[in-house]
Order: sequence, then structure tokens, then C-alpha cells
Amino acid sequence: MINWEIVVQNFPFLVVGILMAIGVYTVTMKRNLIKIVIGVEIIESAVNLFLITLGYVEGAYAPIYTMAPKAAENNMVLPTPQALTLTAIVIGLAVTALMLALAINIYRHYGSLDVRVARRLRE
Amino acid sequence: MMDISQHYPALIIAIPLFAAFLCPLFKERIKALATLAILALLATLIFVVLLAGQVYTSVAPITYTYGSSSPGLTLPSGYHVPVRIIFEIDGLSILMALITVILALVGAIYAYSSIKDESGKGKFFALLLLLTVGALGMVLTGDIFNLFVFLEISSIAGAALVAYYNYRGEANEAAFKYITVSSVGGVLVLFAIGILYSEYDLLNIAALGNAISTTGLSTLDLFALALFVGAFAMKAGTFPMHMWLPDAYGEAPAAVNPPLIASTQASLYALLRVTYIMYGGAVFNYTTLGWVLIVLGVFSMIFGVLMALKQNDIKRFIGYTAVSQVGYMLVPFGVGLSTIGDDVAFGTYGITALQAGLFHMINDAIYMGMLFMVVGCVYHATGKRNMEELGGLARNMPLTAIFFMIGGAAVSGVPPFNGFASKIMIYESIYNFHPLLSIIAIVVSIITLGAYVKAFQGIFLGPKLKEFENVEEAPTSMLVSIAVLAALVIVFGLMPSLVVKTIIAPAANALVNPYGYYAGVLGGV
Repeated sequence: MINWEIVVQNFPFLVVGILMAIGVYTVTMKRNLIKIVIGVEIIESAVNLFLITLGYVEGAYAPIYTMAPKAAENNMVLPTPQALTLTAIVIGLAVTALMLALAINIYRHYGSLDVRVARRLRE
Repeated sequence: MMDISQHYPALIIAIPLFAAFLCPLFKERIKALATLAILALLATLIFVVLLAGQVYTSVAPITYTYGSSSPGLTLPSGYHVPVRIIFEIDGLSILMALITVILALVGAIYAYSSIKDESGKGKFFALLLLLTVGALGMVLTGDIFNLFVFLEISSIAGAALVAYYNYRGEANEAAFKYITVSSVGGVLVLFAIGILYSEYDLLNIAALGNAISTTGLSTLDLFALALFVGAFAMKAGTFPMHMWLPDAYGEAPAAVNPPLIASTQASLYALLRVTYIMYGGAVFNYTTLGWVLIVLGVFSMIFGVLMALKQNDIKRFIGYTAVSQVGYMLVPFGVGLSTIGDDVAFGTYGITALQAGLFHMINDAIYMGMLFMVVGCVYHATGKRNMEELGGLARNMPLTAIFFMIGGAAVSGVPPFNGFASKIMIYESIYNFHPLLSIIAIVVSIITLGAYVKAFQGIFLGPKLKEFENVEEAPTSMLVSIAVLAALVIVFGLMPSLVVKTIIAPAANALVNPYGYYAGVLGGV
């Protein structure tokens, strides 16, 4: 019998695993450069989701001191995972922008986004 | 009066970073840009040297806590764990920082002449300095998440610089490969950081290492370790994921090659930091991990040199020999790691292997940077990079030819150059571990020598070609920067024991003493 309670509790991690697998598949198997960019984005999202999931503590309060209820005293989550995720999102954006710019340049030079065409550097 | 001597670690990052953001203001004025970059890097070099003085006289690593009332205050009162970003500088960090700054400085001097006729010079120097900041930050930081951020800074700046000649389709292709591999590697590192954070609620390397060593190694720790090793090996250009390296090195402007090599070696540094220090306190089977590095190293060595033999493009040829040289570092690092549990073996040859690997890492950065710049001179003068189309250049470019000879001899381990000094240490120490490894290393070196003789003959010897009649020797700034590295190649080759004693041994000692590192940062917790 599947213990559904455990499955539900770990659902975010399951999603992280699935996203990771989809991302790695896209990066390694797809031949279109734009799809490779999307694959990298999916892997990044998987890791960001993982970090956010780590930041959730059941029964704890968001770390906002302004007008916090009495019960929140000494019962706030550490906002580190959220800070890490924000940083990772910003870095991910820079990477995506650069990758897309390079893809545009490759299209200009080769007239195609197919990795089989854009591989003069083989050998 | 503020005591500036406490703030060297912050200044080493802040000066090039500030200069990087000033660069775009000068747009295309090459003189102003080169002066700014060179002055900034010279100032950084001075601070690195001053910091080195502090590191070598102090027993514990030098710590610099950002945002605290005093830089040495790693644990704010009331906290048991470090909550701030801390820079932790030990013998290994300072060794890497030194070589990074020297390579970046040489690259900036070289760029003064080599990118004169290109556009986007302001952006070029900004990215060059950012690449340096990324590599410097990686080697100085003591925070694993901070390491990830600097890793990404250097990857993004590096990829943008690889595509600097964006009118070449191949440059964009190489940059795309580089950024794909680096960003996937970076994300895997972040995943591993997330796993460790979920377990220990820590991000500081010393605190994490301390926690892992007290609670023992769990399956999750091993999973994170596998991710770290995979990602950093990928970024360092080892065997199965090496294909981006010759492309990126080959297409990057020659002035970028030295700092690019520094950033690649910063990934190797991260690999060492994680395996030797962060997991060094936990009792686990080092032999397996050591053999993983050895096998990766042996494959990189053989595969790199075999692929180099069939290259016609001069820069890609050197790129493949660079892959092969990465193997020469990984094998002794693996041998050192395998013997760590065994005090006798470690004392007799393990520590020598580790020192040899570190020494070779520095030597490799120097002669590889030099060789890329030498073939950059050839490309600059002739506009060609195919060995079959080149020939007879020794008459017109005698200095370039001599520098190529020095670099080629150093790479293949010919005395009296620095490559020989570190390779003989590698052969001796890994022979005690497994004779076969030593034999493979020597054979690969001989093939490398053959490949370089062939390349030298193809580029510089032979009949004088008509189209190269008016080719002139490279401009002075390019020759000066190569000469700086050539001088280092010769000095390191002539005085290996002095170099090993002053800068390599402290680095090796820092690596094999994880508990000292934890205690030094956490104050004996």
C-alpha cells in the first residue's frame, strides 16, 4: 500500500525531481538552441523550487517583524533560502539573456538554430 | 585612524570590481582603458602580496567577516554558527589569488595592442576585470553560496569574452557551449548547496565541514559530494565534459586566455576545497574518491594529447594540450586524496604528490597563458590560424618563435623549464602509488613534445612564404606580457625547491589540515 501521507508531504521534492529530469533531457537531447536555453531554465527552476521548499517550516511565521503577532516571537523561519533563491533567479536571468543573445548571433551567422548545422567547431 | 591592513581581503575584490564598472565610461579610448585596468590590477597585486605576508606568518587562516564591527569577528555574540559572509584565506587561497592576479595583469597588458582594431573596448576591459573578480572571489571566499555566486560571475563574464569576436560564427558557437556547460554546472553546485543547507542549516565551509565531521557522513552528504565533484570537474575541463574547453580557449581573444585559465583553475581549487577541507574531517573511504579523480585525470591526459595531434588550428591545438595538462593535476590530487587515511603512505609520497599537483597547477597556468598569447601574436600578425597555411615565420618573428619554443618545452616537461620541475615531482610521487600511472604520464609527455615539435615546425620553420614577406614582429606590449610569463617559466624551472618551500608547501599543508581550518575560523568550537 502506498502511504499517501508521505507522498503528499514530499510532493514538492517529487516535482523537483521530475523538473530536473525534464530539464536534463531537454539540454542533452534537443537540437534547437532555443530549446536548450529553455532546458537550462527548467533545471534552474527545479533548483529554485527545491530551495523554496527547504524554507518552509510548518507552523512557523514569515520573518517580518512589523506588526508580527505575539505567537510569532521566536517562531520565525530563517529567510536564508529565500535570499538564496532571489540571488539564483537574478543570476539565471543574466545567463538566459546571454544565451539568447548568443543564439541570435549564431542564427545570423549560420541561418539556423539547429545544433547539427551550427557545429563548425567539430574536431 | 582606520587600520587598513585588516581590510586587504575586501580591497582585493573591491578595486577590480570598481574599476570594471568605470571601464564602460571610457568607451573606445584604449589608452585610458588599458591604463585603468593595469593600475587597478597592479593595486590588487600589491594587496594580494601584502595579504600573503599576513597569511604566511599566521597559523590560522585570515578571516574577514563582512558587516561585522571587526573583521576578525566570525561569530557574533549569541550565535554558535557564522551567519555572515566570511572570507577565509589560507595558504591555498593566497596561492591561487596570486596566480590569478598575475595572469589577469598580463592579459590586460597584452590587450592594449591586441584589441586595438576591434570595437567595444570598454566592455572588453569591464568583462576582463569581472572575470578576474569572479576567479578571485572564488578562491578567497569561505562561504559556499558566495562561491557559487562568484563562479557564476566568472562564467558569465568568461562566456561573453569568448564571444568577443562576434563577427565569427565559431566564437558564438564556442561561447554558447561554454555558457551551457558552466550554467548547468553552476546549478548543480547550487543544488548540492541546497542539500547541505537542508541538513545542517549552514553555508560556511568551515562550519559545514565541522558539522559533517561531527555528525558523520550521511547518504545525502555523499550525494551532494558527487554533485560538487561532477560540477567542478565539468567546469575544470576534465575528460567526459572537456569538449567546451578547446572551443572556448580557441575562440577567445588571446588576451582573455590567461584570466580564463585562472577561472578554470579556480574551479579546480573549489574541487580541492570541497574534497580536502569540507569533507576532509569526515571519516569515509577516500580511496574511492581518489581513484575517481585519478581515472578522470588519466583519460583527460590521453584523450587531450591524442586529439591535439590531429588539430590544424593552432589555438585549438593548444586547447587540447591544456585538457591533457588538467589530467596532470587531477592524478596527483587523486593520489594525495587516496593516501590521506594512511599516515605512512601519505608521509612518504602522498604529500609530495599533493605539492606536485599544486605546483603543476601554477606552472600550467603560466605556460598555457604564455602559449595562447604566443599563437595570438601569430594570428595578429598573419590573420591565419591554420597550421598548414602558416610557415617560415621564424625569420620575421624571431622573438615569438623563441617564446613558443620556451612554452612548448615547458609544457612537455623539458628541463630547465617549470613544467619539468613539477612533472618530475609528479612522476616520482605517483610511481610509488602505482607505477603504471607514472608510465602513462611520461608517455603522454613525450607525445606532447612530439606534437609541439610538429607545431613549431609547421608555424615557424620551412621555406619563407611569399604572403608572409611583410609580416612584422608582434607589438611591444604583447611581447612584454609574454616575456613576463616566460621569465616566470624560467625562474620557476631554475629554483623549484625555493618556490615549493615558500608558496606551495603552505598551500599543501593547509589542505591536509581540515581541523585546523575549522578551528581557525570558528575559534576552536
